[in-house]
Amino acid sequence: MRRTMYRTALLSGASAIIASLAATGAAQAQTEVRWMHIETDPGYLEVWEDMVEEYNAANPDVNVTMQFLENEAFKARLPTLLQSDAAPHLFYSWGGGVLRAQAETGVLMNLTEEMMANDGEWSDSYIPASLNGVSFDDEIWAVPYRMGTVSFFYNKEIFEDVGINADELTDWESFLGAVEDIKEAGYVPIAGGGGDRWPIHFYWSYLAMRIGGQEVVDNAKTGEGEGFMHDAFVEAGQELARLGALEPFQPGYLAATWPQTLGLFGDGGAAMILGFENTEQNQRNNAADGEGLASDNLGRFPFPEVEGGVGQVTDTLGGLNGWAVTHNAPPETLDFLRHFTSVERQREMAQAEMIIPVAVGAEDGVEDPLLQESARQLSESTWHQNYFDQDFGPALGRVINDVSVEIVSGNMEPDQAVQMLADEAMLQ
Amino acid sequence: MTTALQNWASSARRKIKENARPIRREEPIGPARWPVLVLFMPPALLLFTIFVILPIGEAAWYSVFNWNGYGRPEEFVGLRNFEVLFRNNAFRQALQNTGLIMLVSIIIQVPLALWLAMLLARKIPGVVGFRLIFFLPYVLADVAAGLIWRFVYDGDFGLFAAIFGFFGMETPYVLADRNVAIYAVLAVVVWKYFGFHMMLFIAGLQAIDKHLLEAADIDGASGWQKFRYVTLPLLGPTVRLSIFFAVIGSLQLFDVVMPLTGGGPSNSTETLVTFLYSYGVMRMQVGFGSAAGVVLFVICVVLAFTYKRVLMRND
Repeated sequence: MRRTMYRTALLSGASAIIASLAATGAAQAQTEVRWMHIETDPGYLEVWEDMVEEYNAANPDVNVTMQFLENEAFKARLPTLLQSDAAPHLFYSWGGGVLRAQAETGVLMNLTEEMMANDGEWSDSYIPASLNGVSFDDEIWAVPYRMGTVSFFYNKEIFEDVGINADELTDWESFLGAVEDIKEAGYVPIAGGGGDRWPIHFYWSYLAMRIGGQEVVDNAKTGEGEGFMHDAFVEAGQELARLGALEPFQPGYLAATWPQTLGLFGDGGAAMILGFENTEQNQRNNAADGEGLASDNLGRFPFPEVEGGVGQVTDTLGGLNGWAVTHNAPPETLDFLRHFTSVERQREMAQAEMIIPVAVGAEDGVEDPLLQESARQLSESTWHQNYFDQDFGPALGRVINDVSVEIVSGNMEPDQAVQMLADEAMLQ
Repeated sequence: MTTALQNWASSARRKIKENARPIRREEPIGPARWPVLVLFMPPALLLFTIFVILPIGEAAWYSVFNWNGYGRPEEFVGLRNFEVLFRNNAFRQALQNTGLIMLVSIIIQVPLALWLAMLLARKIPGVVGFRLIFFLPYVLADVAAGLIWRFVYDGDFGLFAAIFGFFGMETPYVLADRNVAIYAVLAVVVWKYFGFHMMLFIAGLQAIDKHLLEAADIDGASGWQKFRYVTLPLLGPTVRLSIFFAVIGSLQLFDVVMPLTGGGPSNSTETLVTFLYSYGVMRMQVGFGSAAGVVLFVICVVLAFTYKRVLMRND
């Protein structure tokens, strides 16, 4: 028995070696394009794999290979990886300060020239806001891929039961009132992911945007003016503390991861969640029964305005993703990216409910009503701000996440938080 | 497993006897031994240099720069990283937690392991099964253990929820409570590693000459007296070794904590190594992280050498 096992093991080992030798033999004539991603949704991956297969078949001299790294591991390993020979040719990026840091150290390919060639034929194929998010000082450092926006999603049944009209939650005071009402009615008002920290930083970010407006946030980014010491940031913290004092989250939210949080909302265990544009699918995937809330039981409203604030309700906070290209990637990488982010491919991915597209003309691919709402909000956005924890760079971004959780859980005073941020900003 | 351990124990005994032989005088390195040295030294030396000496030196070098890991470190900041480090609340919390873990390991874990070892070193039926059961947590991968305990502690679906629900009590969310979370982590640490120390003690106990205990019996010693005056002194080297492992293990604790709490809530369960990871690696502050690494290294070296010098001198 054992001997046969050994033999099988040996045989399979040998055949694996032969197979890999054969593969390298075949690949010698081909250019390999290594694509590193962090996608875990099997449905999305299937769409991508089909696209890669199609592309490889149409371009016999190119072999696009997909490499996966888990989100946090990806962030941790990227700096070393990018400076090694095993660096991927294209990889996922959230734009913002991290992309900038990578660009400044010369590991990335400057795409400006390619994109602007032929009177900007390539760059014009994307919505301008998406290009802005991956450009610094008029230079383009990644190929836009998708946009997103963070907004509130709510459980219609619970809202009805408590007697809340979501359309009326346009200002912060009425929102806080609704939280109180829901709590009194015996429901958990909001599902919160304090264990992962960043889900809470959306609240502080949005409050800072609504109170301070674009100029104040931009100043904090560049360190001009008062930076983080501007009153708007303290006020944002105070409003967040007010929310926290209502104990709006589920018990034990300080240890809850984001998937758990989505699951709670999907199971009907909370009335609201502040989540990404694809919260509908996310809550479904993470619900205990695998089905979650039905589409017609889900509603959506933008983060409310704060009275006396400079920001508008049409200012959006959300993701902006692109594909960064490393400096010694083969030219075929760009060809693949052009293909991958073309109107047709973007429309297909929008139809598969994967993305809100960035390619001009692919918007009609968005068919899901809630995604359509997000897409509309984005297209009418008066100011689109990238996630704070990406835009402010990895170090400051994580401090923002930390202090948001500390403030909402009543463990830190808003002015202490602002001081911490200002101190950290000084060190950068 | 036990037979393997018994073999190990007996071979250890044999070695002790061998070492007891009169020491030969060291031969000077004569020309006859040069080929051997030239052949065998460089690979080991090279590996050790590349993977141990160089990284230590590099960490010390990086720790005086403000560097995000890209390109070369250029912005020299002197000792600023260390200054920021010692002013950082999370780091102080991490230091404190590491101290607490060390303390609990020594005060609770090691005595618990010794007590169980005393019970299980006897030749009674079923003893092998118990040894196996107590040793199992140690065999389990650290990350897996962390994940399992995360589920156990879960206030909604976990074992805790079921137990408290059964008694009709409100479930505490232990991992979400910044005053309690560290004790939850400590419980897991004790649960995870006491089996290892127990095995050390069993091996140590088996190496003790039974005649001594018999003699004590004849002299009319009570059970406690036998333990206090015969077993414990003879077990001395094992106890000191066990404590040594506990201290070093506490300093390195990382894998169990990450899946359990990730250092949260509010950094209340941060250890030195999780701090290094989340503040150095995840925030792309390689210079700052290296400073934390250097501090950790210094603590390790100082503790290890003093301990070896002072307590394990004769072992």
